[in-house]
Amino acid sequence: MLGEGILKGMAETARNFFGSYVSKERLTTVEYPEERVPTAENARVFPFLVYDGAEWEAGMRCVACQICEKECPPKCILIDKSKDKKPDYAGKPQFYPTRFDIDISVCMSCQICVEVCPFEAIKMDTQFELATDDRFAGLLLDRKELAKSNEYYHTIHPTEATEVDSRLAEEKAKVEAKAKAAAEAAAAKAAAAPNPAPPADKPPAGGGD
Amino acid sequence: MSLAETKSEKVAGWNRPPVVEPDGEGELLEVAMGPHHPSTHGVFRMDVALDGERVIRLKPVFGYLHRNHEKIAEGASYLASMPYTDRLDYFCSLTNNWAYALAVEKLSGQEVPERAEYIRVILAELTRIQNHASTIGFLLQEMGASGTPLMYAFREREKILDLFESLTGSRMMCNYMRFGGCRVDVSTAWLDATRKVVAGLPGFIDEFEALLTANEILMARCQGVGILKPDLAVNAGISGPMLRGSGVNYDIRKVDHYGIYDRFKFRVPLGDHGDIYDRYMVRVLEMRESIIILDQALRDIPAGPIMDPKAKIRGFRPKPGEAYGRIEAPKGELGFYLISDGGPNPYRYRVRPPSLINLTVLEDMCLGQNVADVVLIFGSVDIVLGEVDR
Amino acid sequence: MKSVEEIKAAIESAVPGAAVEVVPNPGPAAQHSLRIAPEHAIDIAQFLRDDPELALDFLSNVTGVDWPDKEIAEKVKVTREVKKMVDGPDGKVEQTVQETVDETRKRVEPGCLEVVFHLYSIAKTHGPLVIRMRTKNRSDQVELPSVTPIWRSAEFQEREVFDLYGIVFTGHPDLRRILMWDEFKDYPMRKDYVEPDDFEYEPTPHDEVLKRAQKHKGREQQTGIRDQERVAE
Repeated sequence: MLGEGILKGMAETARNFFGSYVSKERLTTVEYPEERVPTAENARVFPFLVYDGAEWEAGMRCVACQICEKECPPKCILIDKSKDKKPDYAGKPQFYPTRFDIDISVCMSCQICVEVCPFEAIKMDTQFELATDDRFAGLLLDRKELAKSNEYYHTIHPTEATEVDSRLAEEKAKVEAKAKAAAEAAAAKAAAAPNPAPPADKPPAGGGD
Repeated sequence: MSLAETKSEKVAGWNRPPVVEPDGEGELLEVAMGPHHPSTHGVFRMDVALDGERVIRLKPVFGYLHRNHEKIAEGASYLASMPYTDRLDYFCSLTNNWAYALAVEKLSGQEVPERAEYIRVILAELTRIQNHASTIGFLLQEMGASGTPLMYAFREREKILDLFESLTGSRMMCNYMRFGGCRVDVSTAWLDATRKVVAGLPGFIDEFEALLTANEILMARCQGVGILKPDLAVNAGISGPMLRGSGVNYDIRKVDHYGIYDRFKFRVPLGDHGDIYDRYMVRVLEMRESIIILDQALRDIPAGPIMDPKAKIRGFRPKPGEAYGRIEAPKGELGFYLISDGGPNPYRYRVRPPSLINLTVLEDMCLGQNVADVVLIFGSVDIVLGEVDR
Repeated sequence: MKSVEEIKAAIESAVPGAAVEVVPNPGPAAQHSLRIAPEHAIDIAQFLRDDPELALDFLSNVTGVDWPDKEIAEKVKVTREVKKMVDGPDGKVEQTVQETVDETRKRVEPGCLEVVFHLYSIAKTHGPLVIRMRTKNRSDQVELPSVTPIWRSAEFQEREVFDLYGIVFTGHPDLRRILMWDEFKDYPMRKDYVEPDDFEYEPTPHDEVLKRAQKHKGREQQTGIRDQERVAE
């Protein structure tokens, strides 16, 4: 019968229309911004810099190695390396960025900077409401604006942050063990030095610097 | 350039579009449909010469979105091109990723772990479903069914995009696959969520079909319109649902067995007449076959690593050589041709865009049809301008 | 499918005088290709499509490759005569001595533009066969025969190669620019293409962009944009 297909389609539409009053499956929209859908844990928008402790400048993990600057596909990161060094999370003196800018009008949220960073210093934020009326300066984030604490990182990507923390703790323990061994070796060396040792004796192997 | 000057008749023997003579007397009306025409899926122009309502000539014009993706890629490292491939066919970023990863893996001889292959299949088939669903939605939108079918399609697409977001971090620009595997592993929770979504998909397609397939208006507008003959389709390099809609049995998943597609049982739906309705039906049936593949993949996915242990993220330099890798993307055959000179960036990087090549026969299909049908025929080709213009 | 050597033999027997050269692919993909002479291209294409055993009816991909002129530095041993003062019986005497010196000579290998075709067979479901063709040079002899009469799928792709590489396909029914606008002059995909000087302010200039930005230092200072000190470096 002509029109049967149309009627069947109409019935389907009616089922969806009235269904949206009773079934959540059929009413999929929410009233943004009053109502929001929760962001996915893996969601990524723009990068931020992680710092440990309370002081953002002292705790910054970034060592200004500039790998992310080089690998960034649209080249939106700009880093200036410091002349002096400051201790990192493991107490090892490292360079730090005196300038770290990300132009989020160029950034395409591809996460390659996060993947290539060997120091777990740059991560992806989930903040997406970043509209501003300033086209240049408003969308150019400097290192102060980019710095977010490790606690914040834990709130947005809990699983990932825990993994990162355990990895860093492991590395730190390794570094500390190495430093301890080195210190012990140095102490042993120092203890051994006053004794009249034969001049042909080799220095203890594995002595740290 | 006036339309009359295009398409030289001097060249003999080529498979040219048919010559359509105007019926009556008087001048032809030349209309520029686009680049800001609501039916053109972006910025695309069709310069049409009309005799009344009939199309006498048609010339597609594009390049408005041209950014020379290939040149950018030749100046960037292999990895840095991966996020750019997302932006080719922005509906199907995961299949674009796969095609590029496949070509680079061929170039460098990398192996992909089994679990990563399964993940790739799952993501590619989900991408195919959401692409076909929205294509049909858009097609109906262009037919005048304003909104309803498109919103049904988008409702399902949203569920699939949520899965993409929770796995890859982004809904459309996934940037997920890497040379020799995938970026992050899927969790059991994600697999369970996917199973739940896939279990709901047959119901959605039933509903979609109840709404559309037997609809008399759709049949009247689509059947016998925009016919593409199989010999022309093969000769013009048409691929994907358009080729199969014309009845040519050619699915790269079946022919090349790339990835692990030889492990799955699925059928290749074929059309009979090569009209818009056949292309619509092929897409609907392909969605059903994708669900069958998804069921098998989600059942069999093994545990294990997701990256080739030898794969390098930084400082990746394949040996000199070249490779052409292609997959069956939702829109057709998506290929990447790469030449390496041993450096960190490709010497030559070429995308074989299915959307662009499928447009070759647009004129052939539209000539002699009514101008209102041009919009439909164009919609049934299923293009994304990000890929056409690159 | 037959190996490239077998296909080469088949082509040479079917098209008399066709000079076909096997180009090996050293990479793991091992997709070796055949380089054909442009004079016989149409005959060879016809043969490849219509031969019942090959039946390569599906031209998947057409693309261009640019091989710019290459300067090759070679070390050559050169013997030349050098005048030297030698101690003779009656003081210093000038004498001619033969001396061998290493000399670096530069030789320019002329470049060319190349078209690459990837052929598949739908009827036989095999492939790919990679066919290459080279132009004589990169400047004035850039004509190659068009295969659009054989495979229609080359229509847009050859236009694209013409647009981006500047290879002129003779016998193409509608050879116009396809992606760039009609008035555009250069060929953007060539390796020696110089981008037009369209500087745009960017807050984080790098490498190439930085160089361009430095060129435009004067303009930057006029506008008083924040990044002056970086550009000034």
